[in-house]
Amino acid sequence: MEWLTMTRWSPYAAGIGIGILSWLTFVLSDKPIGCSTAFARTSGMIERLLRGNKVLEKAYYKEFAPRIDWEWMLVFGIVLGAFTSAKLSGQFKLDWVPSVWAAAFGPQPLTRVVVALLGGILLGFGARWAGGCTSGHGISGTLQLAVSSWLAAICFFIGGIAAAFFIFRVLG
Amino acid sequence: MLTKLHTNKGSQLVLGLAAGFAFGFLLEKGGVARYDVIVGQLLLYDFTVVKIMLSAVVTGMLGVHLLRSLGLARLHPKPGSWGSTAVGGLIFGLGFATLGYCPGTIAAAVGQGWLDALAGGLAGILIGAGIFAAMYPRLRTAVLAKGEFKVKTFPELLKVDPWVIVVPAAGLLIAFLYWMESRGL
Repeated sequence: MEWLTMTRWSPYAAGIGIGILSWLTFVLSDKPIGCSTAFARTSGMIERLLRGNKVLEKAYYKEFAPRIDWEWMLVFGIVLGAFTSAKLSGQFKLDWVPSVWAAAFGPQPLTRVVVALLGGILLGFGARWAGGCTSGHGISGTLQLAVSSWLAAICFFIGGIAAAFFIFRVLG
Repeated sequence: MLTKLHTNKGSQLVLGLAAGFAFGFLLEKGGVARYDVIVGQLLLYDFTVVKIMLSAVVTGMLGVHLLRSLGLARLHPKPGSWGSTAVGGLIFGLGFATLGYCPGTIAAAVGQGWLDALAGGLAGILIGAGIFAAMYPRLRTAVLAKGEFKVKTFPELLKVDPWVIVVPAAGLLIAFLYWMESRGL
């Protein structure tokens, strides 16, 4: 069982595993793997706690009801699965600042968290604008040969590569 | 198809959790619960993300289309438009690089103990999704509906049997991965 405690697998082993997992979700749940809708539903659930049931009147939440569904459990499961994997290999560690960030912008947690917050806002906004994320479009949509998903995946990387070069080669 | 299982809400919540557990395990083992690996991909010096994604796509594409041909699965391709998919995709990309995680890998990063992901990124994604929900009625007609795609998939677009595209696409993606390895990427 040494593979369970390994720090890293070949990216191909991880990728083929995810591909096989997608067969199972199609057969057992009639669903492609996706993550970003769960964040939109959670956002709606939080807003409902704060502002009450009138939140349910919003056009967006009529389409994506703020409730716990298969995909919400999937995202929650990711946290548990990654935690288990990291614990098994001794990779679990509470930390604020990744080393590539620290090398360019310093080790202060506050700067990193503020930028992560801003990045998260753009990411959450963009994922819902595009109707999916790196899993829903980037893996599940492309494997179904969806026109929208191939375009989305290309745009994710064009935007991502341009922004990363700007952040680390111009600002950093 | 397992229609009875698909409509059993309790079972589906458990299956979702199990699938997520496996997905998170694979993401962590693949190395993409790490900001450094994701940013390394976007700066084009670490190709782990692309290798994982493309090998998942090849495996998934062959299997899911086989299951579909056998009547065991049906496809759920998303609709799209230039206004929604391209514009949203570029905004997502900016966020992807700024945050250094995506909605799936951030959950894996939280599981690995990354507090910037939990306190910063996760909160940001929820805020961003909330802002989008608030702007949705206006965006829907003004931008999202612009340049709607008339078909959902490439086989529909080219009016061919899916396998006519699946087989060469799988071959091309495998060839691309071989080429990346041969270049030492």
